[in-house]
Amino acid sequence: MTTVIASPTQEEHSRVNDTAQEIVEVSGITKVYPGGTVALRGVDLAFPKGKMTTLLGPSGCGKTTLLKIIAGLLDATEGVVRVNGKEVSGPGPERAFVFQDFALLPWATVLTNVGFGLEMQGVDKATREAKSRSYITKVGLAGFEDNYPHELSGGMRQRVGLARALAVSADVLLMDEPFSAVDEQTRRLFQEELLRLLAMENKTVIFVTHSIEEAVYVSDQIVLLSPRPGRINRVVIPGIERDGKTPDEIRREPGFLDTVEDIWDTLKKYLDEERMV
Amino acid sequence: MVFFGVRVPAVFSLLIWCALWEVVGRMDAVFIFPPLSAVLVKLVMILGQNNFHEAAIISLKAFSIGMFWAVLVGVFLGFLMGRVDAANKLLGMWVNIFASAPLSSLVPILMLLFGFGETTIIVTVFLFAVWIITLDTYAGVSHISPSLNEMARSFGASKWDMYTKVLFWAALPEILAGIRMGFIRAVKGVVIGQLLVSVVALGAMFSRYSRSFLLEEFWALALILFVFALGISSMIGWVERRVEYYAGARM
Repeated sequence: MTTVIASPTQEEHSRVNDTAQEIVEVSGITKVYPGGTVALRGVDLAFPKGKMTTLLGPSGCGKTTLLKIIAGLLDATEGVVRVNGKEVSGPGPERAFVFQDFALLPWATVLTNVGFGLEMQGVDKATREAKSRSYITKVGLAGFEDNYPHELSGGMRQRVGLARALAVSADVLLMDEPFSAVDEQTRRLFQEELLRLLAMENKTVIFVTHSIEEAVYVSDQIVLLSPRPGRINRVVIPGIERDGKTPDEIRREPGFLDTVEDIWDTLKKYLDEERMV
Repeated sequence: MVFFGVRVPAVFSLLIWCALWEVVGRMDAVFIFPPLSAVLVKLVMILGQNNFHEAAIISLKAFSIGMFWAVLVGVFLGFLMGRVDAANKLLGMWVNIFASAPLSSLVPILMLLFGFGETTIIVTVFLFAVWIITLDTYAGVSHISPSLNEMARSFGASKWDMYTKVLFWAALPEILAGIRMGFIRAVKGVVIGQLLVSVVALGAMFSRYSRSFLLEEFWALALILFVFALGISSMIGWVERRVEYYAGARM
């Protein structure tokens, strides 16, 4: 079931994209931080519409930097980002970000937090609240509309972050290690719900994680980045069949385990190389 | 408070000090301490006096104008320093110097600049309060989590929205703490200004009472001021506690 592409040449990219059109494209992205640290060098990537792509790699490989460049929160030193074929330079309503540390307004209720993006777009209060309420229900937080973030658990806070991102009806969801601050049980539950929600909402997701297992479990396509300067090392397509299987069954499948193993081998090589230096 | 194993409400400590004052006063041991009861009698009397009302109104007016500008300028400067690195480098040192400098020594110079009237007092109040408000606002703004900033930008917040809907609220606990402390300093400012400058209003009353050894009146007036300062400071403290719940929750 597992398709592993050794090195992502142009043809192989198009193979991924035969079935879907590319909604986000980055080409020639290089990011040099002030001080001379090269975070990314010459990154070319395409993100197929309606699919979940994971950026995976060791810490310091620039995966979050790449995500923030796509979000328009950081400027690339070189290269362009295209969304729906149009070059972008800055945040836009077609992209919504989910933050690692949730980034909720601590003085505002869940309802206000979820409606924040809509408020910035100038949506009137009644529409905003109706829409926020519906997404609060969708992420399983009905009844917590008037609570404040500090009254919620980490997992619940991230649901608020997710609802806020979904509420603005962006085509592309950018998620920066969204589950790294929640416990393992919540994390698994959350992964399930994310997949269910995404199937319903038909979103394109770009997901940053350092968990191989999580990447293989949720992704349609995994981009492995090499350590600093970040470059694309491989693109892996897990091709997991979910139909009628329980999460535990999927996690026990040979195809799943082989892909995890295979990615781990690659990452291990980085660690060894780092130790050699 | 626990006394010999018995829980005593905190207000009792105040009563103990009051009793001590009364006893010391009655003993005639220290002439500057008249008995508390005599001071309280004078306090009621002063509160009914016309010249106290006038003094209070003049002082309150100078105080409010000075404080108003101190909050406005202090919060603005604090934001400027917190958001613009160059402004911080340029102003930071001076704000810190002024915040800790004995400003009373500047009052004679202010007198030369602004004359012997109300303006000098307003400027004194302003100078006593503005620096601590600036410093606290700066502390609040510079501790705002960068991800809140990124969050607002990613959802398309305009500059105005960014300041009014995110940054201001995020820094509010510190801003309020700064205003409360600035307020206490401003009370000092108004009295010192009136004492040093032209001996007007409350300053005039203080100086008349102490020169004529009217110590009961003197203490009565001091008590009124203390209660006023404490009262408003607890009012701001009350507002502060309403936003405190998120001061610790900010990431």
